Amino acid sequence: MKMHRAEEIWLVISVGVLILSMVVTGYQAFAMDMAPPSHKETIDPQKVDQTAPFDNPGVFQTEEGKYEVVMTLQIFSFTPNKIEVPAGSEVTFTMTSKDVVHGFQIAGTNVNAMVMPGHIQKITQTFEEPGEYLILCNEYCGAGHQMMSTTITVK
Amino acid sequence: MGLEKIKKVSNNEILPLTISKQESRLYMSFIYVAIISLLIGGLMGLLQTLVRSNTITLPWGIGYYQILTLHGVVLALVLTTYFIIGFQFALMGKTVGISLKQRKVAWLSFWVMIVGTVMAAITILMGKASVLYTFYAPLKAHPVFYIGLALVIVGSWIAGFVNWHQLFVWKKKHPGEKSPLLAFMVAINMAMWFIASLGVAVAVLVQFIPWSLGYAETINVLVSRTLFWYFGHPLVYFWLLPAYMAWYAIIPKIIGGKIFSDSLARLSFILFLFFSIPVGFHHQLTEPGIDPVWKFIQVVLTFMVIIPSLMTAFSMFATFEITGRRKGFGGLFGWLKHLPWKDVRFLAPFIGMLAFIPGGAGGIINASHQMNAVVHNTIWVTGHFHLTVATTVILTFFGISYWLIPHLTGRKLTPQLNRLGIIQTIVWTVGMTIMSGAMHIQGLLGGPRRSAFSEYGGTEQASNWIGYQVAQAIGGSILFIGIILMLYIFIKLAFFAPKGIEEFPIAEEEEDAEPTPMFLENWKLWIAITLALILFAYTIPFVDIIQNSPPGSPPFSWPIGN
Repeated sequence: MKMHRAEEIWLVISVGVLILSMVVTGYQAFAMDMAPPSHKETIDPQKVDQTAPFDNPGVFQTEEGKYEVVMTLQIFSFTPNKIEVPAGSEVTFTMTSKDVVHGFQIAGTNVNAMVMPGHIQKITQTFEEPGEYLILCNEYCGAGHQMMSTTITVK
Repeated sequence: MGLEKIKKVSNNEILPLTISKQESRLYMSFIYVAIISLLIGGLMGLLQTLVRSNTITLPWGIGYYQILTLHGVVLALVLTTYFIIGFQFALMGKTVGISLKQRKVAWLSFWVMIVGTVMAAITILMGKASVLYTFYAPLKAHPVFYIGLALVIVGSWIAGFVNWHQLFVWKKKHPGEKSPLLAFMVAINMAMWFIASLGVAVAVLVQFIPWSLGYAETINVLVSRTLFWYFGHPLVYFWLLPAYMAWYAIIPKIIGGKIFSDSLARLSFILFLFFSIPVGFHHQLTEPGIDPVWKFIQVVLTFMVIIPSLMTAFSMFATFEITGRRKGFGGLFGWLKHLPWKDVRFLAPFIGMLAFIPGGAGGIINASHQMNAVVHNTIWVTGHFHLTVATTVILTFFGISYWLIPHLTGRKLTPQLNRLGIIQTIVWTVGMTIMSGAMHIQGLLGGPRRSAFSEYGGTEQASNWIGYQVAQAIGGSILFIGIILMLYIFIKLAFFAPKGIEEFPIAEEEEDAEPTPMFLENWKLWIAITLALILFAYTIPFVDIIQNSPPGSPPFSWPIGN
């Protein structure tokens, strides 16, 4: 099976680009810690309210400039809502769902994670720019899905 | 010598074969369902864009997510599957033939799929299945919805079994010969479809049906999503490969050229079989509970599937250039001029090819591991698949319809209908550019997909999205005009166009083409490699998912209004 010379060149260059982009992607994911959120802890989805830390959702300062938001997602709201953090803070969101699958997205950032019943999800973001950011559910969760939003205020 | 050759060719061996009236009825039945789906699904799409732009509110308690479910199921599952199976049967009938018995079993596949489709449609129309076409657990639809979907899949398998049998019978009769290219491609596509849809069939039969009937109290959500996406990505290749069949083996004939390379066409289909399936995690990149290393491995495998598409792109433009130069059009781009721009059988698929350039590039972005976070579940993704399936694939299917329908109904594509087809293609292109473009931009700004109109508490970010939603409604309205035009053309071609013989264009190889190596027909090897790749990509992470499973989830039906 002989290939046309031009096709060989075309394929060698494009496969080269593909390999290069895979190397870059892999390097970013594993050496620079930029892999997509894949936290592996689990929880009984019917006992979220009784299980730490979700028995006490809220915003907690863990150390200087670092915060943890322990959050439950449920039809059609986020708990806590109306979060406030100082500018420059590194915020880790620790989340689970009390019912169906939800999405957790902060518009205008790269924060984008699925939050599923039975699983604990974690995602970290540093908020440099002050302002009000929209948090919304981006996975269909029922008739009021479009109402499921809140904000995070960076001051 | 010449005489002897003629004697050997019996009636049913003159290629391409003639399609009988009874066969035509079978193939057209699939296409009728596809065209009805286009109207229903398209109307639902129009309504969605109007609701989301806050132009209308739905009357009579109809829910946005109800019409969204109908739109997705009817277009992504029903229209595509029926058109593809009808088209593939026609290709098989034309290249390897169909026996009476095979035709009867093919009708069985049609009716099983119809029963399933009607069952699913009724539950959606009654508002009992507003779970969207991905039906993610633990949102629970009426059990009949899942049973209906299972029947559609089983019906499509029966069609696949018939296709394989058709090729098998042909090969028995023609020992040592290479199979007709189009029949080879159909067999590959159905093999991929069968292996992939086993995943969703297991999810539906083992998980969803018992759970929705109340026999199982809880469902393993991550397992169900993993099984769905094991099927969900090859599903898009199941849509794309029939378009590629037309590009490789039909378009060259329409432009007056030859197949660029029979072997490379077959090789690219084999690569699609290998790499379409072990890649489902790239739809689950932001999910908890899946090991990040295995996500990355499947991302790498996803990138392998780009290679056969690049080969296809090369073949297409090589065919165009060679054909043009042979006709005496020189210069760097002179050959472009010769292309039959005024022939809708060429123009519609050609625009489909062009749309696959941004469509494919967008797909690479979606699958690119961390870059996925920018667009995951935003309306960018919706924009992406409206370029790929709703432009590349559908325009190619329209392009096929212009000759396939009159060929089957014994009519002619008249110059007037050809001109109307060109207008339809332009309308579609304009509408989709506006709608899909607006979706891409809004997605980059963070606007979510699958959402009714919302001001999200009046935040400034969300207020910037509304203009794009209006643009989507404008694009959607133009597209609906395109659907009405297509429906008119379809009715004309099926029932009213003048009687005649419309060509079923099948391209031939060059006289001096390199012989296709026989190893390309080594089916056992290809299936074995496919299964090995699937086992490699899925065994360890899937065992990991099951071993670390949390307690399951009970069903939720009240969030969808039940």
